[in-house]
Amino acid sequence: MQIYVCIKHVPDTAANIKITGSDSFDDAACKFVVNPYDEYGLEEAVQLVEKQGQGEVVVITVGKEAAMASLRSALALGAHRGILVKNDSQFLSSTLTAQALKAAILQDGTPDIIFTGKGSVDTEGFQTQYRLAAAMELAVVNEVVDLKIGDGQATVEKEIGGGSREVLEMKLPCVIGATKGLNEPRYPKFPDIMKAKKKPVKQTDLASLGLESPADSVSLLNLEAMPERSGAKILDGDVKEKVTELVRILKEEDKVL
Amino acid sequence: MAKVGVLIEIENGEVKETDLGVLTAACKGGGNEVFAIAMQENTDAAASVLAEYGVNQIVQVVTKGGDIKGSPDFETRILAEAVKNFELNALLGLASAKGRDLFARLAAFMDVPLVSDCISIDLDAKTVRKSHFSGKTVATLKVESELMLCTIRPNAIEAQTMPVQAQTVVFEAQAADPGLTKITDVKQSTGGKVDLTEAGIIITGGRPIDSADNYKMLDECAAQLGESTAVGASRAAVDAGFAPHSMQVGQTGKTVSPKLYIGCGLSGSVQHFAGMKTSKVIVAINTDKDAPIFNKCDYGIIADMYDVVPVLTQVLKEQSD
Ligand SMILES: Cc1cc2nc3c(=O)[nH]c(=O)nc-3n(C[C@H](O)[C@H](O)[C@H](O)COP(=O)(O)OP(=O)(O)OC[C@H]3O[C@@H](n4cnc5c(N)ncnc54)[C@H](O)[C@@H]3O)c2cc1C
Ligand SMILES: Nc1ncnc2c1ncn2[C@@H]1O[C@H](COP(=O)(O)O)[C@@H](O)[C@H]1O
Repeated sequence: MQIYVCIKHVPDTAANIKITGSDSFDDAACKFVVNPYDEYGLEEAVQLVEKQGQGEVVVITVGKEAAMASLRSALALGAHRGILVKNDSQFLSSTLTAQALKAAILQDGTPDIIFTGKGSVDTEGFQTQYRLAAAMELAVVNEVVDLKIGDGQATVEKEIGGGSREVLEMKLPCVIGATKGLNEPRYPKFPDIMKAKKKPVKQTDLASLGLESPADSVSLLNLEAMPERSGAKILDGDVKEKVTELVRILKEEDKVL
Repeated sequence: MAKVGVLIEIENGEVKETDLGVLTAACKGGGNEVFAIAMQENTDAAASVLAEYGVNQIVQVVTKGGDIKGSPDFETRILAEAVKNFELNALLGLASAKGRDLFARLAAFMDVPLVSDCISIDLDAKTVRKSHFSGKTVATLKVESELMLCTIRPNAIEAQTMPVQAQTVVFEAQAADPGLTKITDVKQSTGGKVDLTEAGIIITGGRPIDSADNYKMLDECAAQLGESTAVGASRAAVDAGFAPHSMQVGQTGKTVSPKLYIGCGLSGSVQHFAGMKTSKVIVAINTDKDAPIFNKCDYGIIADMYDVVPVLTQVLKEQSD
């Protein structure tokens, strides 16, 4: 099986985001990681190839030179090769990203499955996988928590809220947006990290793929820190008094009960 | 005057309560023609509520070409046809399980931009505000395209009535199912629980909940907090096997925005807050006065949750009797 896994190089969720100017952040000042949801897609891809004893997992990212670090992390987790589509913008439109992923994948090989995460934790766009699938005219299901590969088709389950799940059949090749619950991503072992350094990574860019950056159809006007609460009002008294006062406040002042 | 569509989710004949805030967003500024787009025939029971929240046209989208509910790609093409037919300038919906999926499919199919999970929206200026970096920053985005597609975080916009006369029209779509994906089954959860992402009130148990059984204490309290209350869990509690992943709130769980969030035995981790910091009011119950959660919530009770929660349940019960 030829499997492609789309991974995004994103700030660690524990990292502090230092905003610079009105529409950018200091990306040299924070630690970057593989987008956490993409790791579930990667783990699933690696397990599929391990189970079948044949096939290849290619990780692909569109981003800055620095995204090479996330490709290496993915290679340490079992991917065989990497592709970096270089682009220097800090926020890339999902339409252009999907076009770049499509072009780079088709230039490289013939996918049986393409994995993505359910969404990226930086821009929280939740759509690149759908645009990629539409551009390639493939089936797509997002937020997948269970996957079975059959003859020419995949059967997946996705959570639809309240603990219920939808079961879907999709034609292969297809695009699968992975999320927590699909598997338990492994931790890299030291020898794997060393081996990953020698695995091949192909570099390309939008121009080489015959793409140009069109004017963004969504533009970032402003980026600001999310207003934080200034700290709790601590309630006094014994448990009964605290609770009674809380209920009064919630009912009478905040009107949320 | 803009033509603004709202994708309406109808459950058991009734409009989902969280849709009402989306309708308020669509009406804002006044002068918009608001279309409630329902992907089904039967909207009669919902009609009066829709009119009360500012809907001018109730559109029942139907097809003779197959089962709308059986294929998400089919549903997408049908919805796209309706959007074009009514020449909508914007289509809004909930960032619910359904809305997240259908809007992303629609945006990809129509090749128009989409902003997901907005916390506020200005239709005249064509700008929206949404979280970036797991709730650490807010981005203001301008949509430059002719058609504006946005999903809105449930409960992020408070619903306000705006009574008008509504008229019902039927739109029959001609689109065909591309046959890419097929829904073959729905596994219902046991007990018809309120969906976390759309709950109006959430009470969450963290690591010290200690067992799956102890969530009963929170279930009992939830029952007194009202019918749109859901029970949540932290990742620590999920990873320890006390609760299923579907109950997890946070960066790798659900993003929620209830009007009231009560955290019991939560330390206040960044990743947990990523999923719930836009809640309107946050209450924390924690034994440790130095727990970080007290720095980022509205009300704090420094005490053992096993002492506080049963009393809360009791007080609520007494006041409702
Ligand atoms: C990539 C990544 C993603 C993550 N995603 C998520 C996520 O989606 N959701 C999430 O929740 N976490 C997530 N985490 C984990 C997160 O960092 C924390 O470890 C976790 O949220 C802690 O859960 P907790 O608050 O329940 O437990 P703890 O941090 O252990 O806190 C327990 C608190 O309970 C208090 N306490 C103890 N006993 C009592 C009692 N009897 N009564 C009252 N208070 C008591 C203690 O004082 C303490 O403050 C993620 C972590 C990573 C690295
Ligand atoms: N720049 C990128 N490079 C590679 N994959 C990406 C990129 N951006 C998004 N993706 C993939 O698309 C998914 C959805 O991203 P988003 O639409 O940004 O939420 C992510 O989980 C990734 O798997």
